[in-house]
Amino acid sequence: MKLAKTLLLALGLALAPAAVHAQDAPKQDSTTQAAAPAPGSATQAAPPAAAQSAAVPEVAPVPGVGMPVNEKIVLQDQYTPNGRKALWMHDYILVPMMVGISALVLLLLMFVIVRFRRARNPVPSRTSHNTLIEVIWTLVPVLILVAIAVPSISLLAAQFKPAGKDALTIKATGNQWYWVYSYPDNGGFEVISNMLQDKPEPGKRTRTPADGPRLLAVDNRLVIPVGREIRLLTTSNDVIHSFAVPAFWAKIDAVPGRINEISFKVEKEGVYFGQCSELCGARHGFMPIAVEVVSPAKFAAWVKSKGGTVPGTPSQPLVTPAAEHPVDATTGTDKPTPGTATPPATSQAAPTNGNN
Amino acid sequence: MTDIAATPSEFHDAHAPHHDADHKPSFFARWFMSTNHKDIGTLYLIFAICAGIIGGTISGLMRLELAEPGIQYLQGWAHFMGETNATMDQAYHLWNVLITAHGLIMIFFMVMPAMIGGFGNWFVPIMIGAPDMAFPRMNNISFWLLVPAFILLLGSTFFPGGTGNGAGTGWTLYPPLSTTGSQGPAVDMAILSMHLAGASSILGAINFITTIFNMRAPGMTLHKMPLFVWSVLVTAFLLLLALPVLAAAITMLLTDRNFGTTFYDASGGGDPILYQHLFWFFGHPEVYIMILPGFGIISQVIATFSRKPVFGYLGMAYAMVAIGVIGFVVWAHHMFTTGLSVNVKMYFTAATMVIAVPTGIKIFSWIATMWGGSISFKTPMLWALGFIFMFTIGGVTGVLLANGGIDDVLHDTYYVVAHFHYVLSLGAVFSLFAGFYYWFPKMSGRMYNELLGQIHFWVFFVGVNVLFFPMHFLGMQGMPRRYPDYPDAFTYYNHMASIGYVIMAVSMGVFFINLIWSLVAGRKAEANPWGEGATTLEWTLSSPPPFHQFETLPVIDSGSHH
Repeated sequence: MKLAKTLLLALGLALAPAAVHAQDAPKQDSTTQAAAPAPGSATQAAPPAAAQSAAVPEVAPVPGVGMPVNEKIVLQDQYTPNGRKALWMHDYILVPMMVGISALVLLLLMFVIVRFRRARNPVPSRTSHNTLIEVIWTLVPVLILVAIAVPSISLLAAQFKPAGKDALTIKATGNQWYWVYSYPDNGGFEVISNMLQDKPEPGKRTRTPADGPRLLAVDNRLVIPVGREIRLLTTSNDVIHSFAVPAFWAKIDAVPGRINEISFKVEKEGVYFGQCSELCGARHGFMPIAVEVVSPAKFAAWVKSKGGTVPGTPSQPLVTPAAEHPVDATTGTDKPTPGTATPPATSQAAPTNGNN
Repeated sequence: MTDIAATPSEFHDAHAPHHDADHKPSFFARWFMSTNHKDIGTLYLIFAICAGIIGGTISGLMRLELAEPGIQYLQGWAHFMGETNATMDQAYHLWNVLITAHGLIMIFFMVMPAMIGGFGNWFVPIMIGAPDMAFPRMNNISFWLLVPAFILLLGSTFFPGGTGNGAGTGWTLYPPLSTTGSQGPAVDMAILSMHLAGASSILGAINFITTIFNMRAPGMTLHKMPLFVWSVLVTAFLLLLALPVLAAAITMLLTDRNFGTTFYDASGGGDPILYQHLFWFFGHPEVYIMILPGFGIISQVIATFSRKPVFGYLGMAYAMVAIGVIGFVVWAHHMFTTGLSVNVKMYFTAATMVIAVPTGIKIFSWIATMWGGSISFKTPMLWALGFIFMFTIGGVTGVLLANGGIDDVLHDTYYVVAHFHYVLSLGAVFSLFAGFYYWFPKMSGRMYNELLGQIHFWVFFVGVNVLFFPMHFLGMQGMPRRYPDYPDAFTYYNHMASIGYVIMAVSMGVFFINLIWSLVAGRKAEANPWGEGATTLEWTLSSPPPFHQFETLPVIDSGSHH
């Protein structure tokens, strides 16, 4: 039954047309400007509309990758170095510790239940002290905790290692109840990401299997390049939200008036899903996160199709296939060309007090 | 040292059934103007059972909605609650109202009143050989403040709270969702409800501290008090220090909502994270407030049914003190994803794990108490044994979650829901049932039905494990908390959890049948139904105890039991 469903989903994904995305789907919030090229960016010719939709990177999610799987009893597979480090600690240090301690307590309980039941041991002892054993069961847990604390602290240090200079900065802004992703390193364009509905609604496209599972699929994904460090900044326009992608071991609250930072490097192309993880009102359960990880070349093409700029590449119209101008992830350090980085009108009103 | 046996002959005859002290006031004066700690304790227990039925029914509604993916019932319920033709958003809002109400009711109106108000009131004075609480009238107002608090909370469900009716902020009441995000009086009512419940608890805490420090019988030194009294003493201090912080935090929430202040509003110079720090400075001690009296109950039950004094009495008492103290310096592990700096996360990781040490001392000391004992497996003992193992599971997942770097993936998922239900729903509630069966003969004067009690335990044990254990798996696969609907990949374990709820609910039916049957037709209980293991003072009194006990103070013999 489950297998049949999975096969059906896979079939649907394989047969899905390559370009089901309508990247410029209508959005809810008129205060947030769409991802149109800024008028001032004269150095770059706006690509024709047809080329724009053709350049949209199209990656269909792989069932079981970057998304929950029914009946699984383990954490999701990890696709970032820190995620793998943390998963290793969870699987090989913490879970054995938990199982070991629980089993020890269970065994001791079973033993006293059998050995010291009234039928077998009618006369109780009067022992109520044993300094040695009390010292032992105080010190042994201390040692176990120290053994856990060492890798735990080193994991935290790794997670808080600041992103390198060539990291790509992306800002995720939580709204009731959708995400807005902006790309300050690429001209500051914005992508508005709403959950796709299964029920047809006028003016909105409905979910297809290529978009992803129900309640996880969005109309416009957060697109990032593979193998490059991402510095994700989060903030919010209304209440507290939380940006979370379990497959990246990433979760960071989006707090109005603050900017939080988290960095990760995804090692494999694909689509990865997450869901808002801080209660944010009625449709808290319906503002998912979908991250599409693509090759740097595809990313550059996608950025241009959204009217953004790619620092380090010649500012010429990108009509040839993007593969001819591969964007080296490590060269993306140049400042955006003057004139191209016109900030879009945003709805950011709240002052930000930097954190981290 | 731990074995506080007063020699019964010294005062037992002073409490013959027809003693002068047994003049009970008329019904109204007795139950509505009560100054008697036992009657107030009974009121608290009745209140907690009523609140538990409501809170438990709400969780049943939630498990029903979550049994299958998709929204099946919420709109209908919103209609039933008075929102005719409820929109989808109103239905989703109702979900948030349900999770908020479930949390607040179970914490403030079920566990705390039962543990501290119920068993604490009933047995702390008796166990220390006192005739009553230090401030009997304050005791009464403590209880009666809870009633309007509960009415306010339940009533808030029918007033606008933003998207729909009721307060849909979660029990944590985080701003800005609870301020600008929830227009209408519902959240104000919920906040005022917390104020009243908090005031009730602070008054109760003052009463317990004064009683325990000043009204112990001659010879009852602090180091001879039963561990249940120790646990209530530590809990009372936690209440006294933590609840004013909550009161301040939610008062600022009220002024932000109604008087234009901006304590938690960044656009006015405030900070939403400030609220979280204040809330969890209260909120983390609060979880120990809910579990520490349970520790005390379990210690009494295990010593009684093992016929052995508690092992390592001083270690047990000071482990609770240590848990209480450390409990005040670990709060930000509830905020690991809010953007704390790396040093803060490292500190709170390390400090949180330290709590495992005194908790481990308690677990091992309980096992050592049974070691060499002569154990009988009456219903209270079954609950105590279940408590030890279930609390251990909740404890080790707590150590895992304490790691700031690991918590990132599990924060605000069902893993956390599973963790705190293992320590509360399977920890605190198991200890409540242990205490209830243990003291039911003393409080009511009648024995409960042993067979029904054992059936209740086993069915409940299976039910809650089927209910809560799969939530670990849901959380590990990434299912966030507080979701009325979920991707289809979470179906299997959600369905299993809902089946677990049904099993648990059946066992509660057995409990209520047992309760009613035992109150009406239970066998009359003798003064000490548990035999030589029950050494605390309540077992030297008749069952039920006389209306006023210890008019002649018992004298605790200091030499005979070391």
